[in-house]
Amino acid sequence: MSIGVKTLTRSLWVFHLAGSPCNNCDIEILDLLTPYYDVERFGIVLVGSIRHADVLLLSGAFNRKAVLRVKEVYAQAPKPIVVIAIGGCACTGGIFRHSYNVDGPISKHIPVDAFIPGCPPKPEAMIAAIVKLVKKLRGEK
Amino acid sequence: MEINLKDLLLLVFNVIVFPGVIFTGIAGLVASWIDRKITAKVQMRVGPPFLQPFYDIGKLFVKEICIPVNSSKWLFISAPLIGFTGVVLASVMIWKAMLAQESFTADIIVIIYFLLFPSLGTILGAFASRNPLASVGGSREMKLIISYEVPFILSLLIPVMKAGSIRLYEISLVPHGISSISGFIAMLVGLICLQAKLALVPFDAPEAETELAGGAYIEYSGALLGIYKLTRSMMLFTGPVFLIAVFLGGWDVFSFTGIFTGLLKYIILLTLIVLIRNTAPRFTIEHAVKFFWGPVTVIALFANSLALWFGI
Repeated sequence: MSIGVKTLTRSLWVFHLAGSPCNNCDIEILDLLTPYYDVERFGIVLVGSIRHADVLLLSGAFNRKAVLRVKEVYAQAPKPIVVIAIGGCACTGGIFRHSYNVDGPISKHIPVDAFIPGCPPKPEAMIAAIVKLVKKLRGEK
Repeated sequence: MEINLKDLLLLVFNVIVFPGVIFTGIAGLVASWIDRKITAKVQMRVGPPFLQPFYDIGKLFVKEICIPVNSSKWLFISAPLIGFTGVVLASVMIWKAMLAQESFTADIIVIIYFLLFPSLGTILGAFASRNPLASVGGSREMKLIISYEVPFILSLLIPVMKAGSIRLYEISLVPHGISSISGFIAMLVGLICLQAKLALVPFDAPEAETELAGGAYIEYSGALLGIYKLTRSMMLFTGPVFLIAVFLGGWDVFSFTGIFTGLLKYIILLTLIVLIRNTAPRFTIEHAVKFFWGPVTVIALFANSLALWFGI
């Protein structure tokens, strides 16, 4: 990976995009950002605009309309950007995978760097995933 | 006018190293770390590590710069640099007035203008990006400037009156903020106006993370956003230093006690600013205008009349 990605791992700014989720994953993501877990220790903060983001956090089963928006947001993001799919729905489609309006898992449309399965995943699982991802980006074992 | 090579080199050194880009930049980033750490402590968190602001800026400088298709490109790129230039020049002028006594008549007015540049850069960038949310942010910033500049300048009149001079060096000789009642009131007014100048909560309506998603900066990415962030950090250092120069008797760096007391003054002002930011909810923009044009201006005028007629 390039030098840009290495400096990225020191300060990950997260943009959270909810694509028609049931909100359980979103609640757990907000839990991750509360003082109890305090991910600002690692330089992780939530930002309001995709232009400021280094991480695109996706949750929910993406339906046909949401997929178009996700593609647009991904194209608008300044590179390098890391994409994380949170929850069973974003990873595989979950229980909605056979729905008429759900357009496959999101990895079909944009490249996803990390999958965090669970319904919803616990904040500890998300921290473990972020640690693994950061190690992978830095090229450590 | 003859240009002396030594003076020219000194000027370049002043702008680039001390007290210009490098010194103010590092001090500003440390100040923004103190801000985030105190915020974390107030919220009972651990908070970011010491080098976190440096990592943030470094990361932003290697990211891609996105320029919106419909934006006016040159203004979009130059707007952050306008603000950056303003804060660097303001810092150089304040420090040179305090240390080298290089102060000319009415330099305090020039500094007031330079301190306005970061806000001006924000407005220009917001309108250049052609994003509706950024336009709302830019127009709020504009209203905020119109509202806080009136009491800010009224509060600066009192040290000018007391010192009988409009040169920053002569004003900074006496701590006007604690030597008289009117000066103390003026210092409080100046502190509140500085809070709005730095666009911190309760006056962060232009940025408004929750409803404007970054507001004026929404379309900025990469190095341009980095320059904005750096400018804001440098304002967090330069703003309180300006108040120290005007109200608290300056910052002497040639003696150990001078450095220590100056640092103490700065830390007290910064802590006050951070605590206000952490304990107050946000004013809507019309409340902010009413607040500054109503009570704050009246208090500033009251302090002015105290100084003018009663001399206290």
